Amino acid sequence: MSTPGQDANWPLYEVFVRGKRGLNHVHVGSLHAADPDMALHHARDLYTRRNEGVGIWVVRADEITASSPDERDPFFAPSGDKVYRHPTFYAIPDDVPHI
Amino acid sequence: MTATVEEQFDQVVAHDRRIEPRDWMPEGYRKTMVRQISQHAHSEIIGMQPEGVWISSAPSLRRKAILLAKVQDEAGHGLYLYSAAETLGVDRSDLTNRLITGTQKYSSIFNYPTLTFADVGVIGWLVDGAAICNQVPLCRSSYGPYARAMVRICKEESFHQRQGYELLLTMMRGSQSQREMVQDATARWWWPSLMMFGPPDADSPNTAQSMRWRIKRHTNDELRQRFVDMTVPQADALGVTLPDPALRWNESRGAHDFGQPDWEEFKRVVGGDGPCNADRIAHRRAAQENGAWVREAAMAHAAKHPRFAPFSAPDQPDSGRPKVQSGGGSA
Ligand SMILES: [Fe+2]
Ligand SMILES: [Fe+2]
Repeated sequence: MSTPGQDANWPLYEVFVRGKRGLNHVHVGSLHAADPDMALHHARDLYTRRNEGVGIWVVRADEITASSPDERDPFFAPSGDKVYRHPTFYAIPDDVPHI
Repeated sequence: MTATVEEQFDQVVAHDRRIEPRDWMPEGYRKTMVRQISQHAHSEIIGMQPEGVWISSAPSLRRKAILLAKVQDEAGHGLYLYSAAETLGVDRSDLTNRLITGTQKYSSIFNYPTLTFADVGVIGWLVDGAAICNQVPLCRSSYGPYARAMVRICKEESFHQRQGYELLLTMMRGSQSQREMVQDATARWWWPSLMMFGPPDADSPNTAQSMRWRIKRHTNDELRQRFVDMTVPQADALGVTLPDPALRWNESRGAHDFGQPDWEEFKRVVGGDGPCNADRIAHRRAAQENGAWVREAAMAHAAKHPRFAPFSAPDQPDSGRPKVQSGGGSA
């Protein structure tokens, strides 16, 4: 008998659920599974026991590339000085309707 | 002016925002979170056992279906929490090992036996009731993944408490011996339920730091008081007596006075010497060992039938979306 925990460890999958039609998939947590099909079934059993979803994505956690919180400021800095991307940047006279 | 990572951490906590997995955090905070989340996860997993033994002898199909769903929820709670713990860089199978080798603890409450079916009702009423008191404030805990797991869990706990209370109401409308079973189970579970909030504040050295880090929002004694005040009218409505001669309404405090549980017993049970500790761990260990071949076979099967060749070009280069899995639908 193998030592508990030392046997084949199933990889980690991140789970995204679409709560209902019209909404994006949202990250809800993770689980372990041997393959993507099993991950999908486990995700259904774990994260949608009460009709919380109409669609599920699973993706292996080690395939996700994420931005780093340490570099948050420089990474998002390029959008910081582009105020002209926001509608409030433009002054429009009050008596011009529907704009 | 650039704030140090530590100042940034302090500001996030002070402003009641959430710490997220890849943020810098003090080593003590990380350790405390790993310990608290994994012990909470272990409690949910071990907590399936006292009620689980009654599934096959539930008195009706209705009660069996309810109990099965409840126990399945507790498994789910454990898995949400292991998932949250893993965001702190620990490995789930390592946590399971720590549970079955006794190096990590779980809630003392699950080391008491369930002697009659009334215990199933009393666990839902008192044990899940106490868990709700503890868990609702944790929905605002400073560590994001833990707080989010708590939100999911709290949504499910209300069913747990209500099915238990309804079971007891039904038994109280039954025969004299059924009423006695309910009274007996209430008397046995009352003190262990009060212990679920942890030792008195004076003997809880970690509380102050956990409150500074906003992991915890209320002290053990505050939560215990809240639980007693909520439960007394429920006991009255049910028609059972709580086994505490010191329990009475205190007009001037606007709260109930009540006696203290036997804290020596609490220490013994947490330390491994409760009525069912050895059974609980042996059962969990057997499940882990007996399931090993299934986990290995599933991995061998997955290796034999890879869905996607590793690092191959996607066959729908323009979609950028996960492929639809069989049974997953297109929604
Ligand atoms: Fe639970
Ligand atoms: Fe529960």
